[in-house]
Amino acid sequence: MIEILGIVLILLAMGAGLYAVGRVPGSRNWGLGGLTAILGLVGLFVAARSGVYRPVGYYGGLISFAICVLIVFYLEKLVFDEAEKRKHGPTEAPALERWRSRPDIEVRRTTKHVVALALILVAVGSVAFHFLSPWWWTPIASNWGYVDDTIIITFWITGVVFIAIIAFMAYCVFRYRHREGRRAAYEPENKKLEWWLTIGTTLGVAGMLAPGLFVWDRFVSVPEDAAEFEVMAQQWQWSFRFPGEDGVLGTSDSRNISPENPFGLHPDDPNGQDDVLIQGDDLHLPLDRPLKVLLRSIDVLHDFYVPEFRAKMDMVPGVVTYFWLIPTRAGTFEILCFELCGVGHYGMRGYVVVEEESAHQAWLQEQSTFAELLAQTENGAREAANLASSEGKSASGQRGGLAR
Amino acid sequence: MAHAYETAYVPPAEVPDVELYHPKSFITKYIFSQDAKVIAIQYSFTAIAIGIVALVLSWLMRLQLGFPETFSFIGPEAYLQFVTMHGMIMVIYLLTALFLGGFGNYLIPLMVGARDMVFPYVNMLSYWVYLLAVLVLVASFFVPGGPTGAGWTLYPPQAILSGTPGADGGIILMLVSLALFIVGFTMGGLNYVVTVLQARTRGMTLMRMPLTVWGIFVATILALLAFPALFVGAVMMTLDRLLQTSFFMPVIVEFGERLAYGEGSPILFQHLFWFFGHPEVYIVALPAFGIVSDLISVHARRNIFGYRMMVWAIVVIGGLSFVVWAHHMYVSGMNPYFGFFFATTTLIIAVPTAIKVYNWVLTLWRGNIHLRVPMLFAIGFIVTFVNGGITGLFLGNAVVDVPLSDTMFVVAHFHMVMGVAPILVIFGAIYHWYPLITGRMLDDAMGKFHFWVTFLGAYAIYFPMHYLGFLGVPRRYYEMGETGFIPQSAATLNEFISVVAFIVGFAQIVFLFNLVWSAFKGRQAGRNPWGAASLEWQTPDIPPGHGNWGAKVPVVYRWAYDYSVPGAAQDFLPQNLPPDQVAADHDHGREDLPGAAAQPAE
Repeated sequence: MIEILGIVLILLAMGAGLYAVGRVPGSRNWGLGGLTAILGLVGLFVAARSGVYRPVGYYGGLISFAICVLIVFYLEKLVFDEAEKRKHGPTEAPALERWRSRPDIEVRRTTKHVVALALILVAVGSVAFHFLSPWWWTPIASNWGYVDDTIIITFWITGVVFIAIIAFMAYCVFRYRHREGRRAAYEPENKKLEWWLTIGTTLGVAGMLAPGLFVWDRFVSVPEDAAEFEVMAQQWQWSFRFPGEDGVLGTSDSRNISPENPFGLHPDDPNGQDDVLIQGDDLHLPLDRPLKVLLRSIDVLHDFYVPEFRAKMDMVPGVVTYFWLIPTRAGTFEILCFELCGVGHYGMRGYVVVEEESAHQAWLQEQSTFAELLAQTENGAREAANLASSEGKSASGQRGGLAR
Repeated sequence: MAHAYETAYVPPAEVPDVELYHPKSFITKYIFSQDAKVIAIQYSFTAIAIGIVALVLSWLMRLQLGFPETFSFIGPEAYLQFVTMHGMIMVIYLLTALFLGGFGNYLIPLMVGARDMVFPYVNMLSYWVYLLAVLVLVASFFVPGGPTGAGWTLYPPQAILSGTPGADGGIILMLVSLALFIVGFTMGGLNYVVTVLQARTRGMTLMRMPLTVWGIFVATILALLAFPALFVGAVMMTLDRLLQTSFFMPVIVEFGERLAYGEGSPILFQHLFWFFGHPEVYIVALPAFGIVSDLISVHARRNIFGYRMMVWAIVVIGGLSFVVWAHHMYVSGMNPYFGFFFATTTLIIAVPTAIKVYNWVLTLWRGNIHLRVPMLFAIGFIVTFVNGGITGLFLGNAVVDVPLSDTMFVVAHFHMVMGVAPILVIFGAIYHWYPLITGRMLDDAMGKFHFWVTFLGAYAIYFPMHYLGFLGVPRRYYEMGETGFIPQSAATLNEFISVVAFIVGFAQIVFLFNLVWSAFKGRQAGRNPWGAASLEWQTPDIPPGHGNWGAKVPVVYRWAYDYSVPGAAQDFLPQNLPPDQVAADHDHGREDLPGAAAQPAE
């Protein structure tokens, strides 16, 4: 359905272009300009909704957007041409130049062409670099492909503007270079042109902001059924905690941190007893489930980022921050710290293994819980035994998967 | 409806002489001088000197990034210290000081037709406080532990904890130096604002001022309002460090040891810092905007296109700059719903900025472009500023910032938009006003070499760097090491960037040599070699003497952009040229007209 819309848009845009080209130069057409702007924005919308995996709608939308931009530029060219023909002042500009530029500070002829050529080289070189460079984002492994799509839209809009401005500059530098007897125009302002440019810019900006805010809204709205787990950061290592069989993470406080209790869990909180603790080891995550990543730091700012996930958030000591994602591709990915946290910042690495639910369950079974950790210490062993005998449970109980 | 740029006849009245200080000795003329022109040169020398230190630090950083595991004298601690000092020096001690203290002090009184700043003694003090701030900053290199390595953003808690270099003494000296700088800049800033508001000469309305003055004026207002946020943040962090208060310090267990802090908020510091930090980048950018408008109009012999819109845009950008700060904090852990507001305001601020870009380019259109060195730098500014501004649109869109924040994309963005573009304006401005300040021209061949290497080189450094950011290469990393997601070719790109950086650095040495050599051996410039209409070129003496204007201050009859005026025979009309001396063109420039002698001779 959306692909058909993309094709229809291309045809409409091309039709509008032919119509604009065929019109007599010197006439204004606000209607055509407005229609073209809307067509262009709809094209972007279609491209965004199609995403990279539906190429017809995607490229259809983008190409029609590009055609619409060209049409608007052509209409602007008509406005320019009209403006050039207008006369200024009561008399024609005089040929005589009373103040003569000094020959010893004047530029030689070659420099003028060199500048225009250099500008074109910068524009063309930048575009070529973009398409030829091997340095692009790493393949995504989460549901945040929307972010990539928004980046592509931004690239198109800003790329077109960048090329257009540099090309126009190259044209001006070449065409309006100083020659003997040449005189510049005198035009303090041109309200119509400035108005057009403001509107066009606002539309372009809105075209980027709208998809961006739409995806941001998704980013900050955690799904109801997201399973929670915690990443705890400290200088300079990662630790992880899963909620265990009861599906609830135990409460914690940095004040409780000790060698026996490295996560600072409240020993009295029953929810924390079965929390699965992972220290100095890889993180494993289940495939295709919405996950809410709770982030905690016990000393300074850190940031938990896996480039394939496209989502990150700082850890702030004293608060619990979060983001959410759905891992969509199995594999082993690297964790890096993305907020300067001292000398060891560059070495604060880890690995996350995304695997099938069943493999993830099996892995969880192999890890220690908080209760077992307490049991390992001398005092803890006695306390855990007391706890176990008074409540009739054994110290090594089942640890379930993530919540629900 | 009368437009501001139309000439209105103002009868030349007697302007009472201002009671002016009169320096008598060498010390009061050149050292403890109250003359804004001398103060400007003092600011400029000091800023450029400390800027060279920061430039060398950047070479050390590029050595490490381009050739990791090669230079044993650059360890992870030293690297962070280089990063921090390079950033802080460049943003605050070079760019802010040079644009406001250097160009502001020299150009504002001359461009508005005043004899000097309105508070000359305080102006003098402002420089010496600035110099003290620089010396305190340099001292941090020599204390045990060295300078702070907390990043120029100085985020707590790490900035004052032992895991970060310089937590012993370096951070304290940094904060003290910043506080001193802010005090000095408040003194200077009051001068610039009040001089523009109160000391303009007769006929010089606000809407006849050159855009250089508008840019520096609005930037100074931003500085006066924004620096206090940094000041209080610095004071609070100093108290946290020295007295174990907990403004920014929550409960912390550092390396297994519970520290004596609690209940503070690290995010509070970020809000304070960026409430200053975002206007700060406009404090750097707005003077550049104003100056480049003047460079383009003079060297294209064409009035700046849309002057009123340009003034409006400067003011609106200045105002909006105060409501965008948290776009530096999208992933900071602040309330995520703030992201909607700040993304919207950030993208709105793109509109007046884009209008300025269009107007610069439209000034070139139908102009009479002389491709001299200042114009080359102005063109280079437009290209790099558009590039840097555009990547800002990526980062300002909250969700796009999520994968890109703290990557080399951010580093490339802010270098392009704040490091390359305004620096190109500084160079262009120096080539443009050097003949006024010294009476000599800078060497043209060295200037062109400097331009081409700097412009193309800086573009080749920072444009590809964005793609490292897309790859996911983080910033502030001592070394990347082996990763599964970064190809080996990225290391080659890093090497390339480093090599180009050294070449660009070499070109700056050529520029410095040019500055010194031309002061003694440069061609004599004569009066107003560029044919500029603004007031600073119309002084009786070149370079301008004490009191700027001689016996009588000028009277202004028109705006600063009367170039190629139809109906006038002169190629340009100086602001203080009386209307009865404008030669009408149908006379084909008669020598016998009374104004003929007042026109600049060949």
